[in-house]
Amino acid sequence: MAKYLLLKHYRGAPAPANCDAPIDQWTPEEVSAHVKYMQDFAAKLETTGEFVDAQALAPEGTFVRYDGEGRPPVTDGPFPETKDLIAGWMVIDVDSYERALELAGELSAAPGPNGEPIHEWLELRPFMAAAPTITE
Amino acid sequence: MDEALLRSLTPGVLAVLVRRGADFAAAEDAVQEALVEAFHSWPADPPRDPKGWLVTVAWRKFLDATRADAARRRREDVVEAEVAPGPAADVDDTLQLYFLCAHPSLTPSSAVALTLRAVGGLTTRQIAQAYLVPEATMAQRISRAKRTVSGVRFDQPGDVATVLRVLYLVFNEGYSGDVDLAAEAIRLTRQLSASIDHPEVAGLLALMLLHHARRAARTAADGSLVPLADQDRSRWDTALIATGVEILQAALARDRLGEFQAQAAIAALHADAQDAADTDWVQIVEWYDELVRLTGSPVVRLNRAVAVGEADGPRAGLAALAELDPALPRYTAVSAYLHERDGDLPAAAKLYAEAARKASSLAEADHLTRQAARLNTRQP
Repeated sequence: MAKYLLLKHYRGAPAPANCDAPIDQWTPEEVSAHVKYMQDFAAKLETTGEFVDAQALAPEGTFVRYDGEGRPPVTDGPFPETKDLIAGWMVIDVDSYERALELAGELSAAPGPNGEPIHEWLELRPFMAAAPTITE
Repeated sequence: MDEALLRSLTPGVLAVLVRRGADFAAAEDAVQEALVEAFHSWPADPPRDPKGWLVTVAWRKFLDATRADAARRRREDVVEAEVAPGPAADVDDTLQLYFLCAHPSLTPSSAVALTLRAVGGLTTRQIAQAYLVPEATMAQRISRAKRTVSGVRFDQPGDVATVLRVLYLVFNEGYSGDVDLAAEAIRLTRQLSASIDHPEVAGLLALMLLHHARRAARTAADGSLVPLADQDRSRWDTALIATGVEILQAALARDRLGEFQAQAAIAALHADAQDAADTDWVQIVEWYDELVRLTGSPVVRLNRAVAVGEADGPRAGLAALAELDPALPRYTAVSAYLHERDGDLPAAAKLYAEAARKASSLAEADHLTRQAARLNTRQP
């Protein structure tokens, strides 16, 4: 009973082990198959009672910060392509870390060119849990 | 309307339906529907016999659902069974429900969800909110759990230890939502203790009551954690402590020690101390030795190292700690504390900061960061 974030990167993760081509170089059918794989994966997690959330982020982001009383916030970005860029995430609620690894591995097998799994790197991060009542 | 009273009738009503021949999954759905109807109609029109009302309505819901499902193979059998009045549910039925919902074939999260719904009478929505997952996810978790146990015979004897583990999980890892899961765990454990005479059930109930008694003192007004040693003990619930101690003493007198009784004994010794300095740490170490013997758990050994540090001094605590795996959760936090007690403040500060990075809850991480900050900014 622990929540994990499966984080998918546009940039910043190690290169996928089995796919050099960026997704816009794939065929439309390959793109569709990739998207469908992830949708089916989420749907399957709903039936197993392990799905919490899935969201995609637009690539364009802006950094914002406070700039003093009475002044509008300062903005910055977009930043050069070396920056880490998050594409989206899935949140799962599972019984064990091992189960979270298993699911992340399965999601990473989403197909790319020629229908082959691209072995994409996903970042797995545990959520902070509630503090347990009994600790001593 | 007393919601707890209504929900306390759930297992008995469910058991009547199952005894009349309804399969568990369908009966459980029907009882849920009857509970929802009771929530709506009882405030204006309270029944004279609440349980009889629930049985009647749930049975009708069950028959409606069964008739609607023409493909259901057992339809004729079930309708036939309608004429036979169900026996009044006895305590054994409630116990069987606990066993079924904590069946070893279920994962912990499934067992927790099913127990809260079928025994506790909570709605899927309430359980979903309590565990911070979407309602659809929780609905699937529960229906899968029901399918998993569908082949289990209702009258099969179960293992009370699995039930206790589920109730402990509900109590200890409960999130805070609309439903007070700690109070619900206590209610369910109390109800279980009325169904079965078992010293470990009493031990778990005592453990829960003794920890629940400290609840108000455990967090500061800003939500931050207050460690046991720093808690305002005047805010502990003395009535709850007295009840917990009484239950524990009766259980211990039976001379069938188990891990929950031993844990409760440690909690009782803390409850008995006027302040942290007044604590009988020597006796607490003895109870930890019992717990190590009973469970062999590395987490217990870690807590024992803390107690040894208090009873025999921080060096002894550090020596006990050195025998353990540094990868254990909270190992670094314990090490930080013992180093501070030993006067090695620079090492303690570094360890507190490291422990904060390893903490699995935000409240603990913040607490440990404050400990590091306190040592790092102290006046020389």
